[in-house]
Amino acid sequence: MTVSAMLTLLVQGFGKSLEIFTLTLLGSLPLGLLVMFGRRSRVAPLRWLVKLFISVMRGTPLMLQLMVVYYGPFLLFDFTPPGNWRFGAVIVGFVINYAAYFAEIYRAGYESIPTGQLEAAQVLGYTGGQTFGRIILPQMVRRVLPPVTNEVITLVKDTSLASVIGTVEMFTRAKQIVASPNTPGMLALAAAGLFYYVFNYIVAFAMERAERSLAYYQ
Amino acid sequence: MNVLTMQDVRKSFGSLEVLKGISLTVGEGEAVSVIGPSGSGKSTLLRCATLLETMDGGSLAYGNDFAATMDAEGRSVYADKAVLRRIKGRFGLVFQQFNLFPHYTVLKNVTDAPLTVQKRERGEVRDLALSLLEKMGLADKADAYPCQLSGGQQQRVAIARALALRPDILFFDEPTSALDPELTGEVLKVIRDLAEEKMTMVIVTHEMAFARAVSDRVIFMDGGVIVEQGDPEQVLGDPSQERTRRFLRSYQT
Repeated sequence: MTVSAMLTLLVQGFGKSLEIFTLTLLGSLPLGLLVMFGRRSRVAPLRWLVKLFISVMRGTPLMLQLMVVYYGPFLLFDFTPPGNWRFGAVIVGFVINYAAYFAEIYRAGYESIPTGQLEAAQVLGYTGGQTFGRIILPQMVRRVLPPVTNEVITLVKDTSLASVIGTVEMFTRAKQIVASPNTPGMLALAAAGLFYYVFNYIVAFAMERAERSLAYYQ
Repeated sequence: MNVLTMQDVRKSFGSLEVLKGISLTVGEGEAVSVIGPSGSGKSTLLRCATLLETMDGGSLAYGNDFAATMDAEGRSVYADKAVLRRIKGRFGLVFQQFNLFPHYTVLKNVTDAPLTVQKRERGEVRDLALSLLEKMGLADKADAYPCQLSGGQQQRVAIARALALRPDILFFDEPTSALDPELTGEVLKVIRDLAEEKMTMVIVTHEMAFARAVSDRVIFMDGGVIVEQGDPEQVLGDPSQERTRRFLRSYQT
């Protein structure tokens, strides 16, 4: 196998990794907000349920969760989801796992906002929704950006876990190249590592820029 | 017609009774100062009046608008959400800690609630906000962020923010307690100007000389009740109650 053929395979795999990464963020960033509201709900049973959900998501390996989501419908209900369930399961698994982490980060951000802000909004007559959207959320975003960056960087590397249910992303490709005869195996691993690293470098750079653009007030 | 009418207000936190049946009326154009030791319930009274705390007992009305009425046993029965929202437009509150919105400019701090909550016209709100800022001596700070201002300036923005909603009455909760001594003067001056314009105000304060100078009436609270009230010269100069005398003496030493 030539180096260029190897790179082509890796780039194809990287495309899949990127897809997992993007869809996971699109799903889990907003879902995390919903989970946070559940976690802070005044309705006790809902609060407990969400707490349990977060606890399970954080307390078990993502790899195991992906397998449960993928095989679960068949093993439990003898039901085979339609379409490309392999990829669907990857996205569902990643989204709910990351939503749990984001929810806790959001909660920390929410609870770090002084109660005086809420009271000022309340006295001025803002509705609950207006208070959240105009007063809380903008201040929260700034506070949660550094820990969110951490999670996003972890996600770039975690996309490799999708290989456990047979999704062919970059990590799977690298493994295949190493395992086949007459291939530049070490080079493939190094190239894959470089892909992850450069991608994360870009993520960190972009997030730092975002942080700086929000630093116009104290 | 009284701007504010509170009757027999009771409030407990757990087993601690903080307000033990307070009645307070404030007439139009009146400036009322509330003094008393910490823990006397004066801040809680203000928080009940501004709907930040829920009263256990008693009634609360702004003009003819009842935020809460009393049932047969004297317990507070609050009006529904829509009524309470409307009533919130009738008063303003200036906090000890200012509580400006740090992510908004000074101008937006003042204009946001009139635009968002009261849905008023943009040009009118902007003109009013700018004239209020000018009155506060902050015309050049409209585009600054709160973090770029001193405490005294922040508090004056907070006063402008409260006034922008065109309230019938303004409450002040120890407006100078978080300020450096040399900055209290500029805030007190603004409040004094408002008193001269006959803005209806209730001011919780520890500034005795100020209370004496601006108030039409001074209320001394202790232990969740009003111990005495009346003309500032009388209450502060020649109090009829021993408890008031003892409290005022602590200020002279």
